[in-house]
Amino acid sequence: MAGGTSSIMETLFQRTLDDMIKGLRLQLIGESAFVSKALDEIRREVKSTDPSTKSTALHKLSYLASLHFHDMSWAAFHVVEVMSSSRFSYKRIGYHAASLSFNDDTPVLLLITNQLRKDLGSTNEFEVSLALECLSRIATADLARDLTPEIFTLLSTTKLFVRKKAIGVVLRLFAKYPDAVRVCFKRLVENLDSSDPQILSAVVSVFCELASRDPGSYLPLAPEFYRILVDSKNNWVLIKVLKIFAKLAPLEPRLAKRVVEPICDHLRRTGAKSLMFECVRTVVSSFSEYESAAKLAVVKIRELLVDDDPNLKYLGLQALSIVAPKHLWAVLENKEFVIKSLSDGDPNIKTESLRLVMAMVSETNVVEIARVLVNYSLKSDPEFCNEILGSILSTCSRNVYEIIIDFDWYVSLIGEMSRIPHCQKGDEIENQLIDIGMRVQDVRPKLVRVARDLLIDPALLGNPFLHKILSAAAWVSGEYVEFSRNPFELMQAIFQPRTSLLPLSVMAVYIHSAFKVLIFCLHCYILQRESITSSCPENLVLGVSESVLKREMPEDSGLIRTTCEALPVQGDKGFNRRASNQSSEVFSVENGGDRTINHGQTSTPNFSEKSSFTYESIVKLINLVELAMGPCMGSHDVEVLERARNLLCFIEVIKGEITECLEHKEKKKESEEMKASEIIKLMSDAFSEELGPVSLSAQKRVPIPEGLELKESLDDLGTICADIQVPPSNDSNLFSLGSPYNGEEVGVSASELESKEESEPSNEATALLTDHRKRHGLYYLPSEKNEIVPNDYPPANDPKLRDNLNNDTEDLVKLTEQSLVTNKKPNHAKPRPVVVKLDERDVVTITAKRPEPNDNLLSGAVREVLLGSDTRTTTSQHNPPDKASSKRKGKEKLNVDPSSKLKEDLGDSEKPDHENPSSRRSKHRTHGKERRQKSPSKPAEERENNGQKGKQKSSHRARHKAQERADAPLNAVSQTPVIPDFLL
Amino acid sequence: MGIRFILMVNKQGQTRLAQYYEYLTIEERRALEGEIVRKCLARNEQQCSFVEHRNYKIVYRRYASLFFLVGVDNEENELAILEFIHLLVETMDRHFGNVCELDIMFHLEKAHFMLEEMVMNGCIVETSKSNILAPIQLMDKA
Repeated sequence: MAGGTSSIMETLFQRTLDDMIKGLRLQLIGESAFVSKALDEIRREVKSTDPSTKSTALHKLSYLASLHFHDMSWAAFHVVEVMSSSRFSYKRIGYHAASLSFNDDTPVLLLITNQLRKDLGSTNEFEVSLALECLSRIATADLARDLTPEIFTLLSTTKLFVRKKAIGVVLRLFAKYPDAVRVCFKRLVENLDSSDPQILSAVVSVFCELASRDPGSYLPLAPEFYRILVDSKNNWVLIKVLKIFAKLAPLEPRLAKRVVEPICDHLRRTGAKSLMFECVRTVVSSFSEYESAAKLAVVKIRELLVDDDPNLKYLGLQALSIVAPKHLWAVLENKEFVIKSLSDGDPNIKTESLRLVMAMVSETNVVEIARVLVNYSLKSDPEFCNEILGSILSTCSRNVYEIIIDFDWYVSLIGEMSRIPHCQKGDEIENQLIDIGMRVQDVRPKLVRVARDLLIDPALLGNPFLHKILSAAAWVSGEYVEFSRNPFELMQAIFQPRTSLLPLSVMAVYIHSAFKVLIFCLHCYILQRESITSSCPENLVLGVSESVLKREMPEDSGLIRTTCEALPVQGDKGFNRRASNQSSEVFSVENGGDRTINHGQTSTPNFSEKSSFTYESIVKLINLVELAMGPCMGSHDVEVLERARNLLCFIEVIKGEITECLEHKEKKKESEEMKASEIIKLMSDAFSEELGPVSLSAQKRVPIPEGLELKESLDDLGTICADIQVPPSNDSNLFSLGSPYNGEEVGVSASELESKEESEPSNEATALLTDHRKRHGLYYLPSEKNEIVPNDYPPANDPKLRDNLNNDTEDLVKLTEQSLVTNKKPNHAKPRPVVVKLDERDVVTITAKRPEPNDNLLSGAVREVLLGSDTRTTTSQHNPPDKASSKRKGKEKLNVDPSSKLKEDLGDSEKPDHENPSSRRSKHRTHGKERRQKSPSKPAEERENNGQKGKQKSSHRARHKAQERADAPLNAVSQTPVIPDFLL
Repeated sequence: MGIRFILMVNKQGQTRLAQYYEYLTIEERRALEGEIVRKCLARNEQQCSFVEHRNYKIVYRRYASLFFLVGVDNEENELAILEFIHLLVETMDRHFGNVCELDIMFHLEKAHFMLEEMVMNGCIVETSKSNILAPIQLMDKA
């Protein structure tokens, strides 16, 4: 009694949805408080026994879930209750809530199978439609399997209202339960013959979706589609059919030939822009080899382009970019328009035209186009500016800089782009600067110049987006310092005051570059000195001066010349290039006699300083470095700290000896000098080793040292390290300590090695590794400089290489030259510098593109139905349509006991496979007719059986539902599939 | 699946109708709607009605204070979707008589019903206004 009153009270005073919405509108602030109050009410009301109260509560909840993002999964059971209400208006609320909130993981889905089946069989077509609607949204594999017979029946119902929706559901049915194809596909195809426009529209949409996933399976239906293409007057249907043909045509050239003419007809005749555009898109994407059709399409594209409507303009540009790869002339014809669109008011149109401009780029016009684009980027907003820069960078670097002939130009373009105020492409530019440096030997002098210009500009240091670029510039300057015109100036640029603005990671690169520059200067200086002493031993004998400077002054210019010419013999590979230049310069300055003043003066762009290393300049250099390193010693960053310390220690070692041995040359013995210069030489040799890109397969070429057991199982490691706390998920990472050089290859963790053995292709292993690296980058060293071992070098522990390291650098130069010569290819007009390429592509992204298993099943089933081929996959065999089988049982032997049924089915299941091929393969037109003759009898029979069966089975199934699920795997093995033979 | 979702959003960016044809969690929906609304509402009349977002293409159209946004596959024909939006608006117009935001707010289930008649599982199945409205009128009478 009490319960009764309370429910009446609730009903009377319940807020309706309208009330709630009104309330919500009044809440300008504190909406959330209102909503949570409403939710509290709903929680109470939804438990009511009164169906009206309950459904209203659910209605309100759905509203909040749909528009205010409130969770309603807690109400799933109430949804089921309301769904089963007998009143249509309640039922509707329930169904709507279900399609809104249920997903594959909703537990109560198990409970609604019967309700759905009942509603699908209802005489009220609106109830049927509700159930179909809901099923199309929430069907799971189980639901799809259990309800396939009902859908099958509905596919040929005379109520068009229901049939078109049943057709829509089929898509979900097939996706979730591919075996449904065997049951429903034929009826679906029959609907293609329907004269009713609604049915046709629905079924064509469904086929369009199906064909877009797996076009090949639907080729046999081409004649039906062709008929629709020619006969239909409905634009929507035509668009969908065109889409189907766009997918089918590439697979069957004969089909394309027949279809292209009707499509062109539509293109000429139609007044509807949507259809016209679809025709254009179909032609340019799938029929572009038909010259006349393509020409016609381009004419239409032009019409779109010149239209005032931005929509058409956008689509026109899009169509152009589809046509671009095959008919570049179409783009060139509209070049003017495309360039003009770069300054359109609509960012989408701008992006689209940018894409087109990039499509036009070739090696002949890349210079002009890049110029135009850079100018545009200066004028445009930051976002688009970066889009432009990004696409220039990616286009130019495509295929290892395929289209770049003049690398000097490209490098200076990069420099220019870095200076564009909005530039945020630091990462990309960084990569390319280093990459080009390593790959293209001839461009290094220019590269160093560009890098110097970037480093020296204090304005750039303030822009955080450029820090990456600066880090690359510093690396380039350090690595190829031998091309630098003025190392002193470089050093000052590296240590200019504003570098304190740099992030620590970049600072570390700076310090390392400074190290390289310093070594280079010292080395040159010592060589210079050595050659002087060796070429004129009288120096020592004479003991003329105390300092180098003074000692050098009186020397005649001829002597200096010999010094410099002597350099290349022992010196750096880059040195010989400037030898003659250098000597003459030195000569002139010598005569001027003001060298002392000029030294280390960065501001003077005087060429002479570049290699005239005097004692004073060296001391200045060392002092500068020491001074700059001071603050770095207090850094908290290990990279910076460590490198700074290395540098300082090195200076410490060198300094005393250099000063002493040089100042008191005549007193000290040569042996002491040798010590310092020995170290410097050693360092210089180490730094002058050429670095190149690393092939991904480099690791394979390294022979495994004897006694190293890579395949040993490390299982027992766990017991050894048991007392060490190991994070459970990434214990494998502990072993992946990359070495600085090919860290990628060496740092293979134990687990990955194992997987490598199992899956032979090493590509997969590298992919795994890069993947691993991506996820646990933290455990690897920064990658920029990891790929530094040239690909053509002998394996790492080859004795030859060790010789090389100890030998003079010349050998190395020769070696690299040899390796470069081999893949040199002649180029027309201007010789293109050699670009080092690896045998494999540098970026190997093996994303094992596996079609979804479901799709496989689906297409297998469709092919089987259409062609009678034996492409049945194993999974589909073991996934028996137990409902279908029971139906079959109903059809043939209504009263067979379960045990004998199994045997029966086993026998029958073979039949369709034997009989299908002959009848199905007969050409398309005939199969249509044949089908029409055969079909009328079967469905009728089928439906009648189905009705019976449904009644018999329904109660039984509900009871055993849960149990059945648990047994599912067992069933799958024990039962053989039974496919009703509807197709014969 | 041609159409992935249909949204109606007012000028202030409040969602007035949301219909999804694939399951998204509440958080995914909230994020998606937020991003799309921000992107589309910022555009002006002179710009085209197509926006690429994630793996969707958004086709949108503005009627008075209400934006109709339809998320479709990349394959879908944009112009046809524009026509579809227009058809939807005309249908609502016929039913409500000069439809406005409030009509949709207070008759959300009817708007859903119309959509259900027009779109099934992401495919457009009905394009005749009278066919779409027939069942609704029947239900109104009942």
